[in-house]
Order: sequence, then C-alpha cells, then structure tokens
Amino acid sequence: MRLIRLILLCLIMPAAALAQSFEEIARALPEGSYDDRADRVSALASSGDPRAEALLTALVGGDLAVLKSDGRLVIVTDGSATDALSGDPAGSVTRRDVTPVRVNNNLRGHVRAALGTLGLVAESPAARTRAAAQVEAAPDPAQLSALEAALSRETDTKARDALEIARASVLLVAPDATPDERAEALALIAERRGAAAQGRIRPLLSDPALKDAARTALADIERAEALRGWGLTLWQGLSLGSVLLLAAIGLSITFGVCGVINMAHGELVMLGAYTTFMVQEVIRTHAPGLFDWSLAIALPLAFLVTAAIGIAVERGIVRRLYGRPLETLLATWGVSLILQQAVRSIFGPNNRQVGNPSWMSGSVEVLGLSLTWNRIWIMLFALAVFGFLMLVLRRTALGLQMRAVTQNRAMAAEMGIRTGRVDALTFGLGAGIAGLAGVALSQIDNVSPNLGQGYIVDSFMVVVFGGAGSLWGTLAGAFTLGIVNKLAEPLAGAMLAKVMILIFIILFIQKRPRGLFPTRGRAVEG
Amino acid sequence: MKLPSLTASLLSALIGTAALAEDTSEPIKVGILHSLSGTMAISETTLKDAMLMLIEQQNARGGVLGRKLEPVVVDPASDWPLFAEKARELIAGDQVAAVFGCWTSVSRKSVLPVFRELDSILFYPVQYEGEESERNVFYTGAAPNQQAIPAVEYLMDQGVERWVLAGTDYVYPRTTNKILEQFLKDRGVADEDILINYTPFGQSDWQTIVSDIKAFGSTGKKTAVVSTINGDANVPFYKELANQGITAEQIPVVAFSVGEEELAGIDTAPLVGHMAAWNYFQSVDDPANYEFIDAWHKFTGSDKRVTNDPMEAHYIGFNMWVKAVEKAGTTDPDKVIDAMVGIEVPNLTGGKAIMGKDHHITKPVMVGEINAEGQFDIVWESEGEVPGDAWSDYLPGSKDLIADWTDPIRCGNYNTTTKTCGGAETTASN
Repeated sequence: MRLIRLILLCLIMPAAALAQSFEEIARALPEGSYDDRADRVSALASSGDPRAEALLTALVGGDLAVLKSDGRLVIVTDGSATDALSGDPAGSVTRRDVTPVRVNNNLRGHVRAALGTLGLVAESPAARTRAAAQVEAAPDPAQLSALEAALSRETDTKARDALEIARASVLLVAPDATPDERAEALALIAERRGAAAQGRIRPLLSDPALKDAARTALADIERAEALRGWGLTLWQGLSLGSVLLLAAIGLSITFGVCGVINMAHGELVMLGAYTTFMVQEVIRTHAPGLFDWSLAIALPLAFLVTAAIGIAVERGIVRRLYGRPLETLLATWGVSLILQQAVRSIFGPNNRQVGNPSWMSGSVEVLGLSLTWNRIWIMLFALAVFGFLMLVLRRTALGLQMRAVTQNRAMAAEMGIRTGRVDALTFGLGAGIAGLAGVALSQIDNVSPNLGQGYIVDSFMVVVFGGAGSLWGTLAGAFTLGIVNKLAEPLAGAMLAKVMILIFIILFIQKRPRGLFPTRGRAVEG
Repeated sequence: MKLPSLTASLLSALIGTAALAEDTSEPIKVGILHSLSGTMAISETTLKDAMLMLIEQQNARGGVLGRKLEPVVVDPASDWPLFAEKARELIAGDQVAAVFGCWTSVSRKSVLPVFRELDSILFYPVQYEGEESERNVFYTGAAPNQQAIPAVEYLMDQGVERWVLAGTDYVYPRTTNKILEQFLKDRGVADEDILINYTPFGQSDWQTIVSDIKAFGSTGKKTAVVSTINGDANVPFYKELANQGITAEQIPVVAFSVGEEELAGIDTAPLVGHMAAWNYFQSVDDPANYEFIDAWHKFTGSDKRVTNDPMEAHYIGFNMWVKAVEKAGTTDPDKVIDAMVGIEVPNLTGGKAIMGKDHHITKPVMVGEINAEGQFDIVWESEGEVPGDAWSDYLPGSKDLIADWTDPIRCGNYNTTTKTCGGAETTASN
C-alpha cells in the first residue's frame, strides 16, 4: 500500500515542489498571503513525505503552532507540544506560549482537498468515499491522475460512485479534457447530483461545445427544483405548525376549561427547557454515557415540575380571580415576569447550553428533500402529545369531568363534580404540556429566560384561530398558520409574513368569532 | 413655557456648581447605565461588571485627582424610555461625573436628549450604525467603516462574489445593510448577486431563509452571508445551517453581533469556521490583553468568564475619561469634553486608541473564525488602526457630512460643501 501511495503521489507531484525541501516549505507555512500558503500546502501534500498527513491534519484542526521561545513548528494536543517535523516531544505549553498558525476557510478547504488526494489510497472504503467527496468539493485538475488510479482499483460500490462523481467534477474544470469526456461528465453530474450540481454546470453555459447540453440539464434540474420547492415549503409549514401546536395545546386546554388566559404559559415552556438543561448538566457530570437518553429522562421531570408550578399558580392566584378575566390576565402576566426574572437570577441572563442527542442531529434525504432530524422528531412528538391529550380527554374520568365543566360549569357542579379540583388539575395538565413543549423547543431554540416570550403571541393566535378549548381546532389552527406562514415568507419576507398572518386572523375572527372549531359551552362566553 | 425649564436648568446648574465646590475628599461618582434585567441583560450585565472592575482598579491606583471613584449602578431593565429616566436620575440626582452605558441604538437615542439638556457625558461602548455625532457622547465602539466594510473587503479578497445581507429588522441592520449594499455596488457587484433579508427579533424558525440562502449559493459563484442578526436569534440560525448541511467552507457567515459572550454556554460545534468581525478578540496575543483577562478572571472569581469587544471599548473609554479629567484638572463636563479630543490610551491589542474630533476612536479591525472552544481564531487584521467615520461615505445623505467638535466648527453634522452646520435637531433624526 505504501508503495502504491508513493508512486501515486510522485505522479501528481508538481515540479516546483522539488526546489525546496519538505522542512523549508513546512517552516514557511505560517508566513505570507493565504494564496502563497495554499501553494505550499499543495507542495507538502504532493511531496510524498510521510509527515505530510499529520502536519496538514494539524493545520486544518488549528493545532499547528509556532513556539514563541525558539520558533519551532509544533503540533499541540491537549496542552502538550510535539515537534511537527522531528516528532520529538516539546514539553507542555499553554495558549500563551505559542502563536497558532493561522488558517481560514479557504485555506482549510484547500488543505482538505490536498488531504483528500492523500485519503484516496486509505484502507477503509468509508475514508476513500470521504476523500472523494473532498476532491469533489474543490476539484483540481492536478488530482485527475490520482483519481483515475484510485478508480481502477476501487471495488466498493459506494466509494466507486463517489470517485466517479469526483472524477467528473474534475473533468469539467480540466482544461485538457476532450469535449466527449466533458459531455459525459456533465451528464453524470446532472443525473447524480441534482440541484447541488447547478453551480458546476452553470459556468459551462459559456462553453460553445457544451452549451446546449448544459442548458437542458439546467432546465431539468430547475423543473425538479420547483417541485421540490413546493414539497419543502409544505414540510417547513408542517414543521412550524408542529412547533405551534406544541406551544399552544396546553394553553388551549386551560383557556377552554377554566376560561383563563394564562399569560405565564410561555414561561412554563421556558421552565420545561431549563429542566432539560438541568437534566443534561447532571448527566454530563455523573453519567456521560446516558446523554442520548437525556430528553427521555427530561420529559417526565419537565411535566412534573411545570405541572406542580401550574397547580400552585392556580391554587394560589387564579382561583381567587375566576370570572374576572382582566384581573387574571394581569395576575398571570405578573407571574410570567416573576418566573422570568427568577430564572434570570438563578441561571443568569445568558443562554444555557442544551445539546442535541446524536439521533436528533443532521438530516435525512426523503424524495430529494433534506429533512432535518430534529424537526422530524418534534413533529412526531407534537402528534404524540396530541394523541395523549385526546386519550386523556376521551378515555379517563378526569377527561370526562373536564369536558363536562367545559360545556356547562354550573350543571357539572350540580352533578357532583368538584369543579375546583377539575380546574386545578386542568391547569396542571396544561402547564405540564407546556413543560413537555419546553423540552422539545430546547432542541431548536435558545434556552434563555426570554424563550417563552417568543411563543406566547403565536400560541394565542393559534388558540383564537382554532377555537378555544377544541383540540382539533388547535391542531388545524397550528398547521394552517404554519403552512400559510411558510407560503407567505418567500413572497413577502419573514417580517411581512407575520403581519399578513395577523391581518388574516383579524379578518377571520370578524367572520367567525369563535374560531375554526367553536366549542359549545359557557366558559368561553363568561 | 420656556420659563420653568429655564429655572430648572438654572437650578440644576446651581446644584451642579455647589457639588463641584464641595471638598475634594468626596468621591467622584461614575454612573453605570446597563440593563441588568429584561432581554438585553444577556449582553449588558457583563459590561456593568467590567466597569466595576475598572473602577476598583483605578481606586487601587489612587483614584482620580486624588479622589476615589464611586460607581452608581442603575437598572434600566431593557426598557427604552426607562433608559432616559434612569439617565436623568444619575445625572441630576446622583450628580455623576460621567455615565458609561447603553447597548442598543434605540436606548442611546432615548438618552441623547437627557445628556444634551443636563450637559453630561456618555461613553457608548457598542459597535453601531454610525450617522451620528453628539457633543455629549463618546463612541468607543466601531462605526461601520471599522467593522462591516473591512470584513466585506476581506471576504472579497477570499473570492466571494455573491452576498446575502441578513439582519434583524431594526435600525442598526437596516442602516448597515444600506451602507454595505452601496459599497458592494460601487465595487461592481450586480443587483442579482445581492440578497437582502430581514427577520423579526428572536426569530427561531430559519428553515425558509436557510433554504433560500442555500439556493442562492448554489449558482457556482462563491457566496457569503453578512449577518447583522441580533444576538440570540443567531444560534438557531447557525443550527439550521448546520442541519441543512451548509458548512463554513461552502457558505461562510460573517456576523457583527456575535462575540465571545454570546458564544459562551452554547454548543459551538455547528458554528465552527463561521466568522465575526470585531476590533478585539479574547484570543488576541498581547501582554496587555493577558493582564486584562487575568484581572477579569480574578475579579469575577471564575476563569470561565470571557472578555469581549464592548468590554475593551469600556476599558478604552474609561481610561480616556480618567486621562481627560486629569488633563482638565476637574470633572466639569464642558472642560472634560474639550479635553477628550486627541487623548491617547493603549488598547488591549497592542496598539493605541486616539479620540477623534468626531468623538469616535481609532481601532484595529479583525476578522476571526469561530473555533471549537467558543473563541475566535484571528484570520485577518487591518494594518494599524482605522479612525472611526461618524458619517458614512457610502450613503447619499451623509457623504458630505463630517463631525468636528473642536474650534471653529463645533458641529456634529457639518456639511463640507455648503459649509453649514445641520443643527443639533437633525442629528437625532434617524
């Protein structure tokens, strides 16, 4: 393998590199303009020197530095330095003993491409695939021979696929490729890469030989893109809708049953997010292996914490103010300010770090749409919470009592239902759901004392639009508003889209004051 | 109608002179006007702490004019009208010699009339949109020509041809983007290569915008995002970029409102390689900076606390004020304001800050890329310091304007073609 690598590297070695020794080029790495340094990187990569890979990997990772004491080039890992050229240990260093070798995005991309060429002869197929992708990202005609050599040896289908595309990308920019080769490369890229290939294909429009082929390929891609665009908007609308649903559904219950506008709802969501933060903190210090389970652990805790606070607020404040909506509004608003400042005093005003478990990071390709995992999980979670609430309302004694109180409080009381207890439990349930929402929102938003404020107005819009107290109304309202928002956003910008939604809702409640799914009952009238 | 206000100002002037005539063993009061609660607390609380540290250090050195300094801290609670009220309380009530404070432009605009009326001094430490120069205000943060424009020039050097100007919808991003758009067009960037986008405060759903940016950047020309998105909303923005598979090497984002403090306590993995432009980074390799960081860690009792650009601005502003007071031999605002111009103090990046005639200071410009530790690796810095330019050369309305608070002009918006002063009223018009 070593031999093949050497032969391969000799093939692509530019003549200029011969003029200076490996050490000289490496020592000059920190100096000069980024363009000069990029040339040096290429020279190092193609020198065939076994030290090149470690050196360049350190450069890309920001670990390459110059010792202030004697000007030696060192690689710093966890506070201890090793000489980058001789490999001798150079003692332990702090940030203040070294001057890091500057590397910016362009240079980093260049190093990665150079490393890509080195990686083409790696042992594992996955590493070769990665290397091919790196070459594809920054195609350089000098890499063609290396790619072709790698292709002739490749047995793994995935790596082969990546190598073919990389080769095609290189051919498109190679000045000495024949028109046939380039046409073939164009077809391959257009077929396999879709929208991502636009950037590669567009420059070919000025090439007389490939003009027509490029135009057709672009037209095909654009047609597919337009369709994909609609799919994406729909998905984004549904995703925004699911976030709105989560935030609003707890509010809808308390509003429907108790007839109370709970202004502190957003802060309960925020407390749910902080519970997640606390859980992750404990896991980080005591059981790092459980990190991927942190959300599952946080869910019941967040529910209990916020439900307890909800019940306390109901028993302590709201109960004394039933039938006086304005006072309740002001009182719960006061509660929201108290909770906000309390959190600010305890946890500080700064954002708190809530990490994404590995299964919530990244994205997945479905029908050409890249859907991010965190949004997918949140949508599933929102629907699960909805299902859970439906179950509670339809299948449990509490649910039956809640529905009875919603429809006619006086009559329910006559029938022996302790309406006060139902109110407290409903408030607790609504607050608990807010806590669950907080756990989910901690994954997509900042966990800061201001988290709740961002959602309270949207939640109210959903509840008013869908019809207070109706779960189906909230569901329909949330998804409608989500989709309408996302349809309007590309047309009018995020700012105007919000304004348009507000106007739309105002007009809508002129026509249907009780929302999409009006509840029959007295509470909302009172 | 004139009379009561006249008597009031006479009265306050009398009280003022009375206070000055008091014996010199009394401490000099310094006002600190930063939000400690509400949405801006996230950024401003640190500045309050930094000021307390600076004052403590100065007292350890023997104070100013042989008198101790006494900080007076008030909390304007991120509430813009309250800023004006608290400023009045500090100046008229506590008789402070100078005020260090404000973060958002709207809070600064809110206190301007108070400082003008009561004739006191404000040190404003945050990078802002420019288009302003007040006699009573010293701007120790960057003007657009000290931050936004050099950053864009750096990206141009790196081969960027297509530009997304994304910002939160308020005065700072709108003005900055107007300046940048004109600048880009002057440099020959075509209309279709510029995409401007505004979002509300606290935007958390970035799916559509990131998809748009992705599509905008897929034309084969190198694309970059210039972000004036305010503090908090940045994190979900970067997360969405990472989730949609956009890396800093493909489409880099350069931000003007993301610093060490904003990065503290968030997962920086999705942000690595994205950039910020400031005039100071904690990672600056300079003895003065290391000394400042050590003092800060000792003062706060935690070596996790970061330092940032507005803190350095306060460091510069405070030292300038001390020097000016010593030069004037008094804390009388009129004399101190005149003494301020030309004052020179070392900054934390190995250079010097000089107060200009337009009350803006000279600053080095730096571009840093975010690394995995939540710090910045400096990838570019200007050669020497750049003087601040209060009135942008890229806006048609302000091209001919300059500010000069020395004799004989003494004007915040002097028109160099008509040779007239626009008057104090128009300076606060935007």
